[in-house]
Amino acid sequence: MNRILREAADTPAIGAAVPRPNGRRLLEGRGRYVDDIALPRMAHVAFLRSPHAHARILAIRAETARGMPGVLDVVTGQDLAETVQPFAGLLVHFKGMKSAQQRCIAVDRAAWQGEPVAAVVAETRRQAEDAAARIEVEYEPLPAVGSLAAAAEPGGMIAQPELGDNVCFTREVEGGDWDRAMAQADLVVERSFRFPRHTGVCPEGRSVIGDWNPADRRLTVHISHQAPHMIQDCYARLLGLSESDVRVVCPDVGGSYGIKTHVYGDELATCALSMRIGRPVKFVADRLESFLSDIHNRDHAVTAKLAVKRDGTILALGYEGTQAIGPYSVYPRTSVVEGNQIANICGQWYRLQGYRAKVRALFTNLAPYSNYRAVGHPVAVGVTEGLVDAAARQIGMDPAEIRRRNLLRDEDFPLQTPSGMKFEGMSHHRCLDTVLRMMDYDSLRADQAEARRRGVYRGIGLASMIEITNPSAMFYGVGGARISAQDGCTVRLEPQGGIMVLHGCGEQGQGTETIFAQVVADAVGVPMGRVRLVTGDTDATPYGGGTWASRGAGVGGEAAWQAGRALRKSILDLAATIHQRDAAQLDIRGGIVVDAATGEQVTDLAEVGRVAYFRPDTLGGVRPELSVTRHYLPTQYAFAFTNGILACHLEVDPDTGFMKLLKFWAVEDCGKVLNPLLVEEQMRGAIVQGIGPTLLEECLYDERGQMLNGSMVDYLVPMAAEMPDMEVAHIETPTRESAIGAKGAGEAGTAGAPAAIMNALNDALSPFGAELTEMPFTPERILRALGKS
Amino acid sequence: MDEEIELAFTLNGKAVRRRVPVRLHAVDLLREVFGLSGPRVACEHGICGACTLRVDGQLARGCLLLAPQLEGTDVWTIEGLTATGEIADLQNEFHARNAMQCGWCTAGMLITAAEILDAPAPMDRQAIREHLSGNYCRCTGYQAIVDAVEATRQARAAGRSAA
Ligand code: FES
Ligand code: FES
Repeated sequence: MNRILREAADTPAIGAAVPRPNGRRLLEGRGRYVDDIALPRMAHVAFLRSPHAHARILAIRAETARGMPGVLDVVTGQDLAETVQPFAGLLVHFKGMKSAQQRCIAVDRAAWQGEPVAAVVAETRRQAEDAAARIEVEYEPLPAVGSLAAAAEPGGMIAQPELGDNVCFTREVEGGDWDRAMAQADLVVERSFRFPRHTGVCPEGRSVIGDWNPADRRLTVHISHQAPHMIQDCYARLLGLSESDVRVVCPDVGGSYGIKTHVYGDELATCALSMRIGRPVKFVADRLESFLSDIHNRDHAVTAKLAVKRDGTILALGYEGTQAIGPYSVYPRTSVVEGNQIANICGQWYRLQGYRAKVRALFTNLAPYSNYRAVGHPVAVGVTEGLVDAAARQIGMDPAEIRRRNLLRDEDFPLQTPSGMKFEGMSHHRCLDTVLRMMDYDSLRADQAEARRRGVYRGIGLASMIEITNPSAMFYGVGGARISAQDGCTVRLEPQGGIMVLHGCGEQGQGTETIFAQVVADAVGVPMGRVRLVTGDTDATPYGGGTWASRGAGVGGEAAWQAGRALRKSILDLAATIHQRDAAQLDIRGGIVVDAATGEQVTDLAEVGRVAYFRPDTLGGVRPELSVTRHYLPTQYAFAFTNGILACHLEVDPDTGFMKLLKFWAVEDCGKVLNPLLVEEQMRGAIVQGIGPTLLEECLYDERGQMLNGSMVDYLVPMAAEMPDMEVAHIETPTRESAIGAKGAGEAGTAGAPAAIMNALNDALSPFGAELTEMPFTPERILRALGKS
Repeated sequence: MDEEIELAFTLNGKAVRRRVPVRLHAVDLLREVFGLSGPRVACEHGICGACTLRVDGQLARGCLLLAPQLEGTDVWTIEGLTATGEIADLQNEFHARNAMQCGWCTAGMLITAAEILDAPAPMDRQAIREHLSGNYCRCTGYQAIVDAVEATRQARAAGRSAA
């Protein structure tokens, strides 16, 4: 009996809270990460790293190391200088930026503590480490720039002497009518802020296997990374190979958060070493190496001001910020995107009449610095929202009320902001109203007043925000970086009726593959269980940018939708030919081709597959195209901006300086919500990554550029006991640029959490007249602000 | 060369015997000698719990134990606990809530959580959080994990009282 299917799909997958099919293997210990891969004849490399932040390398003596058990090769930077090209992150749209050229292993001079100076390849990692410990390096220590303050000191030390000064990049932005706006101001609040240097602490250290096969003249790179095609392009050019000589495979990735979007010298050297010895070589960064050589971020010192009227009208925002990058601009995304994004977005979600921003990136001899989750946003949101609350306190207005008066309104869109950003559509006021309702704002305020009478200090903090997602080619492409802004997806009907999806965006735990399976299932008209995914292999998938800048769902998802729709059309055309029907009158529902009007089964996908692949001779010249590829690139807007609001409730003990986070709320508008379960979990994880550097995390260095807390014993990260519960809600303002309407959702929590905590803390401390703007907010700093230490 | 010893213990319910270098850590022994991939390292300092094992019924850090210390013990990893079905309910709750993102911390979390699933005394969320506070997760923000553990505890308690 034929089935009757009336609905477009029995249960549409898009919008459903579908758990991740690929999560099962992770729950059973069956994940396969780079370190789980063992290839025949695989050797291991250990790097010897500079103990000095800045030193001339006078001599390297490796004879003893060479003779140690199991050692296959020992190299210095000089040994690889001929075969591996130097690199620096320089993009032409960042006008005037400069950087020294970086080597995969230092040549003559080490510019940060942790820069590789030699490498040992041996049969086992232990043998490689034992031998590396026996290499003798003679250093002449040089003056080092060990902090942001040292980098900014006029006439001070220079991190890269050949450059003449420490300035990598500066940019000034002005928009609206600054003077007019300032002239109307009743008061101007001005504050200094400090955002600490911190790092990603991916649970899985950076990992790579370079596998050069001299017989095929081919390098296969198994790497824990977010952007396989970018690695293919960069490695091919830096190693003197053609693109097709390099295959990049990204298996399961144990946390990435932006840390794994860069080119790292040690990983590149691992591949060069495989080419030298003609065997696979594995490198896995241990925890100390991760702290010293993963990219760091933030490290911002800011002064900023907000001009307001007494009635609460916000008029203008002025920002001046300096960031301490490392000794090189990191390749290929640079080290200046953080500051540049701040200049683009700071304060732009308010109805500003005037805006000025000045950003500056300075070289130091600290670890390399580049993009990590929510690039620039925690600073931009922290500064803006901190100033808004400071202004509210000064004029005696409720923080919710000042936001209500000044946030961009629905009717303001589309618009171009004073900084030049184009906004398509946002929902600030609906987000504000929703969060106030969720947290029962008035009761919390009543509770706060009551608690204060008992000597208990609770604070409530709001942080409105925007987030850059779905970047177009304006992000990197225009600057000359070969980092794809478009993404491609192939969707294929299998002979037995299954659907295979090959996609340029991969998975690092966000749920990317699940999203694509949902989208393709609905686009074609099959149950999600029929869809299989292949990602993370440059040999298999269409060319794409990968998963970063919250682009997977919005850009990658649209490519998947377009490909799925095209395949659906092919299937319907074919079914129409086979059954001599009009394709326009057919539909695919639940994997069955039906008569669209009656829902009566015409055929199923396995039957279509059988005819297409095994009996195409019966089709009378019709050539079915059942592998379809579509590419998608946003072009109307440089970015799809999302918006949202975070709220934090906390309690501070003024005697000890200890703070307890009681609860978080978040309302996010990431456009069409493709999978609420995954969006909410992105939000929660991102909030906790925002809490980390606000309360705990900081890369501490002494003035000579020696890292003081390079282990998880000393570098504190958020653990379960101190973290709050977080309630999440959604507002949907889909982007009209794509059919699926999704924007990104990966970073908003990290962007907004520091501001929400800062505002809650200062709200709690307001009876004491104390205010903190220097993160992390340690008990010591809180006591100092209270005049108690 | 590395000094070696003869080591015998029970691994996931099966008696095993191997000659191993004395300096090998337990987690490396399980990964490199026995080919398991459930136990992982993230901190190598006893902080993060990614290497968590069940040794003689107790939680143990695979990165802090040396292989010889496993002599005569009864060792369980996520592979074994999955095979016996002992924590299938917990794994299902994790899955339903997406309490695993990248999955690096997941085996350690599950083994740590398994210890309190049958604890008879009532346990509030904060107590569950405290119990998990030796396990680092960078992805999830912990809430979904706490929810999954709480739900499994409640379901087991309900099952016991119904029986
Ligand atoms: S690796 Fe053992 S506790 Fe972190
Ligand atoms: S899921 Fe990634 S560390 Fe926990």
